[in-house]
Amino acid sequence: MSVEIHGLTLDLSSSGGTARILRGISLDVADGESLGLVGESGSGKSMTLRCLLGIEPAGATVGGSIRVNGRDVRTLPDSELRRFRATEVAMIAQNPHAALNPVLPVRRYLAEGLVDAQGLEPGDASERATALLGEVGIADVERVLAAYPHQLSGGMLQRVVIAGALAGNPGLLLADEPTTALDVTTQAEVAAILSEERRDRGMSMIFVTHDLDLAAAVCDRLAVMRNGEIVETGTAAQLRDRPEHPYTRALMAARPLLYGKEGPRASAPPHDASR
Amino acid sequence: MPQHRPTTHPGSGPETPVIEALHVSRTFRLGRGRDVRALVDVSVTVAPGTCLAVVGESGSGKTTLARAIVGLERFDEGEIMLAGEPVRSRQRRTELRRRSRHIQMVFQDPNGSLNRRLPVRVAVEEVLEVHLGLRGDAARQRSGELFDTVGLGREHLDALPSQLSGGQRQRVAIARALAAEPAVIVLDEAVSALDVTVQAQILDMLDRLRQERGVAYLFITHDLSVVRQIADDVVVMRRGEIVERGSVGDVLDRPQHPYTRLLLDSAPRPGWVPRRRLNTKEDTA
Repeated sequence: MSVEIHGLTLDLSSSGGTARILRGISLDVADGESLGLVGESGSGKSMTLRCLLGIEPAGATVGGSIRVNGRDVRTLPDSELRRFRATEVAMIAQNPHAALNPVLPVRRYLAEGLVDAQGLEPGDASERATALLGEVGIADVERVLAAYPHQLSGGMLQRVVIAGALAGNPGLLLADEPTTALDVTTQAEVAAILSEERRDRGMSMIFVTHDLDLAAAVCDRLAVMRNGEIVETGTAAQLRDRPEHPYTRALMAARPLLYGKEGPRASAPPHDASR
Repeated sequence: MPQHRPTTHPGSGPETPVIEALHVSRTFRLGRGRDVRALVDVSVTVAPGTCLAVVGESGSGKTTLARAIVGLERFDEGEIMLAGEPVRSRQRRTELRRRSRHIQMVFQDPNGSLNRRLPVRVAVEEVLEVHLGLRGDAARQRSGELFDTVGLGREHLDALPSQLSGGQRQRVAIARALAAEPAVIVLDEAVSALDVTVQAQILDMLDRLRQERGVAYLFITHDLSVVRQIADDVVVMRRGEIVERGSVGDVLDRPQHPYTRLLLDSAPRPGWVPRRRLNTKEDTA
């Protein structure tokens, strides 16, 4: 599924006035490609995803166009927008607890998508749920299906959410910091699952993260965002070896390195507390 | 023993550790026979002016260790000494206060140390009054100097917490900790929630403070890259136990324990590719 975003702007009005949150975002994702949106807090990366789903906050005014497979999703009639959200695109957010109903077992969460959105018979849905959980690396499937969200760890729940996202065979996956709340070993596992499943299924993906190295590992191309704008786009290697924008360079230099560079980072003047 | 504590910390010669925790254990009893062994025979030592990192994932016991050392959590077994003086598992309020002159703590969320209705300087001035007896103009003057030290303009002294960014609030929390002139500061994921460019600035600042003032750090984190930047030594914790310890160079470049290797392999870095382990059952709540 291809995505073309052109001149996307978002203004947010509140009692204090109007703030421009997105300042003309343009980006392309080819069919089967994964694009990393990388930036710090407030850069507008999550808001870009919300615009794509048409779930921007109240009081927002959106401009520009967002085409998915050639159709402008911002002008879709309600019924088609619902179908777009239910069957063509899937979203994975940072906090899996927010995605699941706390009083229903995992089985019901998965069945809801499979029966209501996919129209499967309950028996088939149950079989499919079992298969999906196996795909996302869950060994004791029966226990997880019977469990309530609070009985599972964050990493396990995020796998359940990924299974639920895959259930509809979407063409486009939107992932908003999906591993940020997880422990580092769990993050590696979930990132691997997400990236393999995406490749095997030929899905397109927009992956929002603050972590350049993580984005580089799971994405074909990266777009660096700051202050509601995309400052630079390129492959991970291009951005690492030949960053053109000063902000990309600052971001590269600021992140602590596990190997190599040691001692105080050159990036940050010690007294600069402008942020 | 309500002994007066002068400005210099008694017994803190160059060789006396600022923190010495020996064989500390703590079990949380959840009822119905369910016990969580949060700390199992844990020993750590922090020498003056050095930085010891405690690294681990959630549930490793790293925060429980920090809280036990500071006196916010009791412990069942073992011994904890600050500047050579043993501290008891259950602290009286007066004793806690006396101890907080020697050891201060900075948390991940600075909002816990700030009152959202009061200017941020009040958080610093409270500590100056309690520990140094400074009030009024003297306290105000000193908080200004501390703001300089942590790289915050003095114009922020009268700001409310909501008027500052997360990074600026964390600088206030560090200024507050420094106000007591402690020998050691415990930082519990103090830079984890910050944007990477802000995190780099705060790490630089902490490094500089250590060099200029000789303050030691017990640095709790889940992030091995940050350990590389800031620490001299590191202990790796898992499920309440220390599985590996040594200098940062030894542990990160020549890890001995399989869990340390797993942590290192899992950390994103240039050229890294995440790999699936085989189906694991250990990932349960």
